[in-house]
Amino acid sequence: MVLIFIDHADGHIKKASFEALTYGAALAKQLGTNAEGLLCGTVADDLALLGKYGITKVNQVNNEALNNLDSLVYGKTIADAVTALGAKVLVFSHNQTGRAVAPVVAAKLKAGLVTGAIALPDTSNGFVVKKSVFSGKAYANVNITSDIKIISLNPNSYKTVAGEGTAEVSQLNIAIDSLKVKLTAVNKVSGEVPLTEADIVVSGGRGLKGPENWGIIEDLAHVLHAATACSRPVADSNWRPHHEHVGQTGEQIAPNLYIAIGISGAIQHLAGVNRSKHIVVINKDPEAPFFKAADYGIVGDAFEVVPKLTEEIRKLHNS
Amino acid sequence: MKILVCISKTPDTTSKIAFKNNNTKFEEAGVQWIINPYDEWYALVRAIELKEKDAGTVIHLVTVGGADTEPIIRKAFALGGDEAIRINATSDDSFYVASQIAEIAKQGGYDLIFTGKETIDYNSSSIGGMIAGLLDIPFISLATKFDITGTTTTVTREIEGGEEIAEVSLPVVVSCAKGVAEQRIPNMRGIMAARTKPLKVVEPAAIEPLTHVTSYELPPAKAGVKLVAADNVAELVRLLHEEAKAI
Repeated sequence: MVLIFIDHADGHIKKASFEALTYGAALAKQLGTNAEGLLCGTVADDLALLGKYGITKVNQVNNEALNNLDSLVYGKTIADAVTALGAKVLVFSHNQTGRAVAPVVAAKLKAGLVTGAIALPDTSNGFVVKKSVFSGKAYANVNITSDIKIISLNPNSYKTVAGEGTAEVSQLNIAIDSLKVKLTAVNKVSGEVPLTEADIVVSGGRGLKGPENWGIIEDLAHVLHAATACSRPVADSNWRPHHEHVGQTGEQIAPNLYIAIGISGAIQHLAGVNRSKHIVVINKDPEAPFFKAADYGIVGDAFEVVPKLTEEIRKLHNS
Repeated sequence: MKILVCISKTPDTTSKIAFKNNNTKFEEAGVQWIINPYDEWYALVRAIELKEKDAGTVIHLVTVGGADTEPIIRKAFALGGDEAIRINATSDDSFYVASQIAEIAKQGGYDLIFTGKETIDYNSSSIGGMIAGLLDIPFISLATKFDITGTTTTVTREIEGGEEIAEVSLPVVVSCAKGVAEQRIPNMRGIMAARTKPLKVVEPAAIEPLTHVTSYELPPAKAGVKLVAADNVAELVRLLHEEAKAI
């Protein structure tokens, strides 16, 4: 059986988990077995509806203590669930929760773990998972040889498919350890699309000249329902908050569309965004290296081009 | 306080990525090696900052690698580590590497184990969590701020669309991301001292790797950029809508 970890926050299942569920269901089909979900904690969402992603059952460890993330307690709980349910493959999303928990589970189960997977494994000869390496500059094919196998799927790399069907919801009784990590505060940036979950990202660089000019980036992001991001010099100069920094040492993202405005495209920046499906570059310097990595480009002044782009997209949405 | 900082050798961020032996080995010719930036800038420097506040603090470095990792250990020493342990093995399996470090950690009685949030070559983001799982001690991932009062640590960590602040008692494993410390460069005194700091080489424990890399691939080359004139923004919108189907 393939078991998919279902991640949630604020009572709702995260988008990345829909991708993981779709992926896990496809993998189960490939292996000739069934797929089930595992949810730790409580949510407001109707779990039976997750059947539309191709799973037959949702196993819930219904304990409110698990609504707070303590990696060790979570990891042990999931490892116990894998053992209790007899799962052979466990799927995570390689988001912040996946990074916090999957390695703990792997250690507890002595299970081989491949993080950052971008495709279904090749099971014709072994269990070979393709993953992103060298910060998106290459891929590695990694064979997992342990009995239990764990895959952590890169967000935005497997398309969610929703069909028909409902899942049986079943309570799983697992005794959990007392939490050692005490949560004292949660600071969420409200109203913004989280960067790692965004389909579209609008990003600004030094070419914008100063934080006071970010209005045009925000306006464009707003009409596209996009997240905003920035290059490293922008974050380092405190023009924008550090969590917006994408690049080798910042956030690595793979949205469907990445729009880079006034960013020259240093190799370290590309390492954070080169897995984006479509890249648009707007830069007044025709020699900017970013154009070589782009699908579409405009050589022009951002302060003229970007407001026009926002206007044209607004027209498109109204048409 | 006793801190263990896990460091790894990675290619410099500007390295050309290429493969050899029928795409089964990373091409090392011409590559400059550095301490993995997350291990150096954030994990190691934060450990040094903690030592600067509390002179009783001892920093041990640990790495899993061959003799060719010693230059990066000396560089880490120049920044400020006290002693280093090199586990004489190479592996691309996170479980193998984490298990080797966990063996060292069991003997060392560390209060705090720091790793970088991931290495910039394998990008696995797994070593810290695995060490914590193997040692059965708490783990905080993706820390952007780390403070300690007595035996209680306060850690800010990244979550989707924000951050969480949590408290946890020692011992703990923390994976460090940007924000935990300010990058610094070694001074001359540090570089001189680095030469004589003790570096112990130990043979690996018998651990079976659970994964192995069978081959590497480079992404397909981009078809080339389609340029649109700056006075024809509508055409870009049309391409994004009709051709790319991205908006």
